[in-house]
Amino acid sequence: MNGWALGPETGLVGFPAVGAVVLAIAAARGRRLVVGLTVAATLTAFVLTLARVLSIGAYEQDIGGWGAPLGIGWRIDGFAVLMLGLSVVVGAVVSIYSLAYFGEDPGDRRRALFFWPLWLFLWSALHGLFLSRDLFNWYVTLELSGLAAVALIALSGRADALTGSLRYLLLALAASLLYLLGVVVLYSATGTLDLAQVASRMTPGPVALAAVLLITTGLVVKAALFPAHFWLPSAHASAPSPVSAVLSALVVKGGFYILARTMTGLWPAASADGVLLVLGWLGGAAVLWGSLLAIRQQRLKLVIAYSTVAQLGYLFIAFPFWMDGVGEQAASRAWAGAAYQAVSHGLAKAALFLAAGVLIHARGRDDLDALRGLGAHLPVTATAMALAGISLMGIPPGAGFLPKWMLMTAALQEGRIIPIMVLMAGGLLAVGYLFRIFRRLLVADDVALDHAPPRTMEIAALVLGILSVIAGLSSLPILSLLSIGAPEGMNAYLEGVP
Amino acid sequence: MTVTIYSLAAIALFVLGLYGLWWQPHLLRKLVSLNIASAGAFLLMVALAYRGGDPDPVPHALVLTGIVISVSATAFAVVLAARRYRETGSVELDEPEARS
Repeated sequence: MNGWALGPETGLVGFPAVGAVVLAIAAARGRRLVVGLTVAATLTAFVLTLARVLSIGAYEQDIGGWGAPLGIGWRIDGFAVLMLGLSVVVGAVVSIYSLAYFGEDPGDRRRALFFWPLWLFLWSALHGLFLSRDLFNWYVTLELSGLAAVALIALSGRADALTGSLRYLLLALAASLLYLLGVVVLYSATGTLDLAQVASRMTPGPVALAAVLLITTGLVVKAALFPAHFWLPSAHASAPSPVSAVLSALVVKGGFYILARTMTGLWPAASADGVLLVLGWLGGAAVLWGSLLAIRQQRLKLVIAYSTVAQLGYLFIAFPFWMDGVGEQAASRAWAGAAYQAVSHGLAKAALFLAAGVLIHARGRDDLDALRGLGAHLPVTATAMALAGISLMGIPPGAGFLPKWMLMTAALQEGRIIPIMVLMAGGLLAVGYLFRIFRRLLVADDVALDHAPPRTMEIAALVLGILSVIAGLSSLPILSLLSIGAPEGMNAYLEGVP
Repeated sequence: MTVTIYSLAAIALFVLGLYGLWWQPHLLRKLVSLNIASAGAFLLMVALAYRGGDPDPVPHALVLTGIVISVSATAFAVVLAARRYRETGSVELDEPEARS
C-alpha cells in the first residue's frame, strides 16, 4: 500500500498553496515565473485528475492513507471535476489578466504584493472545498476561502471597499457559526462527519430538521441567495476587477456546491421537503429582484454584481425538484441544469468583470455613461462582453441557454407553471440590464481613451467570453462528465446522454 | 443532567452573541458579540462530546481548529475596522464614509 496515498487531485490544492507561500516571500522580479509555473502545474494536475476520473470513474482518496472518520477523505466524481474545471480555467485566465492589471505605480505594486499570495490561497481553498466530502472540512475550507476573499476585497484600501469587506466578513463569520452549529448537532446525533456516513445514520425528526435549518441558513448567506444577498453588490463591486471576477464566478459557488451536495446526500434522510420548496421560491425571487435592481444601477460593476444575485437564483430554482414525489426524470434534469448553470454563469460572469476592468482602466471611472463610444476603441473587449451577454441572456449557443432549458423542461414534466414564468421573465430582464451596457458601448460618440489598456487584459476577457459559448456547444461531454458518480436518483436524464 | 445545563448555556450564549452582532452598532461590540457566539458553539461541542464514559476526542479536536480560525478572523476584523476608522472616522457600518 502506498503510505502517502497522493493522487493528481492533491496538486490542485498543493500547487497554488506552494505558489502562494513562494510569492509571499519572493521578490517581485521573479513573479511572472512563479505565477506561470503555478498556473501550469495546477492545469496539469487538473488534466490528470480529469483523465483519472474518465478512466476509472468516481474515486475516493484518503489523504495520507487516513480515512474517515479520523482522516480527511476526498471523493472525486463528475460534479466535483466540473466545478474544479471551472475554477482552474477561470483561475488561470484571471492570473494571466492580473499580471497585466497590477501596473508599475507604487500603489499598484503594493497591492500586487498582497494580491498574489491571497489569491493563490483562495484558489487552493476553493479546490479543497470542491474535493471534500466531509462536513467539518467544508467548514474549514469555507473559512479559508472567506477570509482570503475578504482580504482581497479590502485590497484597494478605499473607504467603500473597507465597508464592503467588513460587512461581508461579519456576515460570513456569523453564517459559518450557524453552519458549524448544525454540523455539531449532526455529529452528536450520528457520531460522524463524513457525508455518506451521516446520511446513512440519520433518522428524520426534530433534531435532523434543526441541523438542516442551521446548515441551510448558514450556506444561503454564503451563496448570497435572496434575501441574504445584500452584502454581495457592495463587496463585489468595490473589489479590484480580477477579484470581482473570482468572487462572482467561483466563491459564491462554494456555498451552492455544499448545499447541492447536502441536499442530494442528506436531506432525503431528514425528509426536509419544506426547506427545498422555500429555497426554490427564494431562488425565483432572487431572479426577479436581482434583475430589477441591476436595471436601476448607474455604475457598471454594480449592474454586473446585481446580475450575479439574479443568476444565482436560477441555481436554487432546481431545488424543489428534489422533493419526494417528483419524477426521477424531472429531478435529474434539474440537477444537471443547476450544475450546468453554475459553470455557464461562472464563465460568463468572469468574462464580464474582466471586460469591465478593461473599460474602467480605459476611462478611469465606472459610471455607465463613461462607456459611451468605447466599443469602437476596444472592439475585442466589446466582443468579450457580447459573448458573455449572449450566455447570460440564455440565447443559444451561449452556455446559459441549456441549463434554463433543462429547468424549463423539468418544470413542464411536473406541470409547474411558476418556474417557467420566472425563467422566461429572468431572460427578458437580463436583456434589459445588459443592453444598458451594450447601448452605450456601441453609440458612435467620438471619445478619447484616458489610458490604453494592456492587450493581455483584453485577450483574457475575450478567452473567457469565447469559452462561455464553447461550453454551450459542448453539452455532450459536460453532461456525460456529470453522470460519472452522480448522486442516487439523479442519473435518469443523464443516462440518455450518449 | 450536566450535559443539559452546559448545552442550554451554550445555546443561550450563541443566541445572545448573534443578537449583539445584529443590533450593536459599534464595530468592536459586534466583534465581541461574534466571539460570544463562537464561545457558545464551542461550548456546545465540548458538552456534546460527553456521552457517559470517556469523552469523544473528535469534537475536542474540532474545537481547537475552530478556536484557531476564530482568533485569526477576529484579529483580521480588528485590523480592518481600525483601518476603516482611519479612512472614514467612523466606527459604525451604517454611517459609511462619514469623512470621505
